[in-house]
Amino acid sequence: MGNDYAIVAEGLTKSYGDLHAVRGVDLAIETGECFAMLGPNGAGKTTCTEIFEGFRSRTSGRVEVLGQDPDTAARAWKARLGIVLQTSRDLTDLTVAESVSHFAGYYPDARDPAEVIEAVGLSEKSGARSMSLSGGQRRRLDVALGIIGNPEVLFLDEPTTGFDPEARRQFWDLIDGLKDDGTTILLTTHYMEEAEALADRVAVLARGRVVACDSPAELSGRQDGTAIVTWLTPEGRKSVQTSTPTNTVSELASQFGGEVPELSIARPSLEDIYLSLIESEEASA
Amino acid sequence: MTTAQALPSALSLGWRRTRIEVKQLFRDKESAVFTFALPMLLLVVFGSVFNTDIAPGVTFSQYFAAGMIASGIVYTSFQNLAITIPQERDDGTLKRLQGSPMPKVSYFIGKIGMIFIVYVIQVTLLMAIGIAFFGLSLPESAFKWFTFAWISVLGLICCTLLGIAYSSIPKTGRGAPALVTPVVLVLQFTSGVFFVFSQLPHWMQVGSSFFPLKWLAQGIRSVFLPEDFASQEVAGSWQLPAVAGMLLIWTAIGALLAIKTFRWQART
Repeated sequence: MGNDYAIVAEGLTKSYGDLHAVRGVDLAIETGECFAMLGPNGAGKTTCTEIFEGFRSRTSGRVEVLGQDPDTAARAWKARLGIVLQTSRDLTDLTVAESVSHFAGYYPDARDPAEVIEAVGLSEKSGARSMSLSGGQRRRLDVALGIIGNPEVLFLDEPTTGFDPEARRQFWDLIDGLKDDGTTILLTTHYMEEAEALADRVAVLARGRVVACDSPAELSGRQDGTAIVTWLTPEGRKSVQTSTPTNTVSELASQFGGEVPELSIARPSLEDIYLSLIESEEASA
Repeated sequence: MTTAQALPSALSLGWRRTRIEVKQLFRDKESAVFTFALPMLLLVVFGSVFNTDIAPGVTFSQYFAAGMIASGIVYTSFQNLAITIPQERDDGTLKRLQGSPMPKVSYFIGKIGMIFIVYVIQVTLLMAIGIAFFGLSLPESAFKWFTFAWISVLGLICCTLLGIAYSSIPKTGRGAPALVTPVVLVLQFTSGVFFVFSQLPHWMQVGSSFFPLKWLAQGIRSVFLPEDFASQEVAGSWQLPAVAGMLLIWTAIGALLAIKTFRWQART
């Protein structure tokens, strides 16, 4: 069948009157890949995601998700997707178990509700009404409802907003488990460390376009970017930017005759790369 | 690739929706109280204050009890949906459902199922109060029970569709009650619920004859008031064929508007 790609977009655009929210996006997300979309608010991440999910129709371009056009795909196609939307305040009067079991009934090949509740770490809250859940627990319920149908493609729109660091780690483990099962994941997030921890590839969107797309380690030439060497001198902290940090360190070592005080070498973080991409994009606007 | 397994049928998912809708309604104490207690309270207050004869052997309380049962049809279907659907659009319920493989028709079947259950409970409570305190009696013949049944079913379907259509008007869930309850309240005043219809100004009678509540109230009066009270109606009869005709016309209008205007998402 040659379904190497779970999601394909070519020349995708979306306009609302004079507002061009998406201005020619090309993406090809492989089956089984975890793909992250990064970008400032208004860059078009959610619009793209919602076009893939079938919530919005596009203005122009070609889109295929699991080999079908989301605009015309039927129920059977939707049963193969899992969608975790940005925010929701629904289901407040139902318990976690009731909600998950209810939604399980919508799918032809649903997972076991108790197992899914266990997987998202809500077993202890299984009998609690959703309104009594904390923000992080509530988000995990959203994820449970997203994966209950045993989806082939899972959409996660800013899934960990408002999580404490520990909850975020647990959530990443959960997503890792889904990746191991072969689920294709499209993630949008504002957290660079999340993209770095989860994504095989990231795309940076700005003003409705993809400005860079690569693995987190190699995005925009990150791997051959300059390093920053920092150390302590009697006059205070000093740092240099260099493309040959090893040289710099050995020079410093001979200068100090051994140990260099408070030495550190830092590569540009994903966040540094991201910010410089966004800055240059905005400068060209 | 997993082998394709059958999707659950729209009807079975509709029943699933009915059960979850009813469960949610009863869990939400405030809306349960609003739904069931308010019509009963109105019946008790108005029925007690205006307990005078409007015709030989017929008190206003009886007349009003029939009007409140007719209002119950409008409350449980039209008012309920026109308020809760915009709220469900705001809180993410509808978007979550739209993203699931549940077909749209199951959502509506769920609503209709919930509405029938709520109506049966509400009408039973109103009849019980009417019989206990305000001289209402149960329908006296099989024909009257039959009339009661078809007016209820047709009225609920009609007002459900109109409620779905009207739910597109409020922009937010918060603003919905303010846009819905006055419409129902005004119709109650002008359609022969709070006042005796034949005593209203002519222009008001004509105006409200364009809307379903006047016909629902008149039809329900034919079930609960003595047969000879028909002569007191404006037309001198219960006009049951006209009741059926008006409800069918509004059902058709409601169906058309509901299909054309229903939106899963808020306007952006």
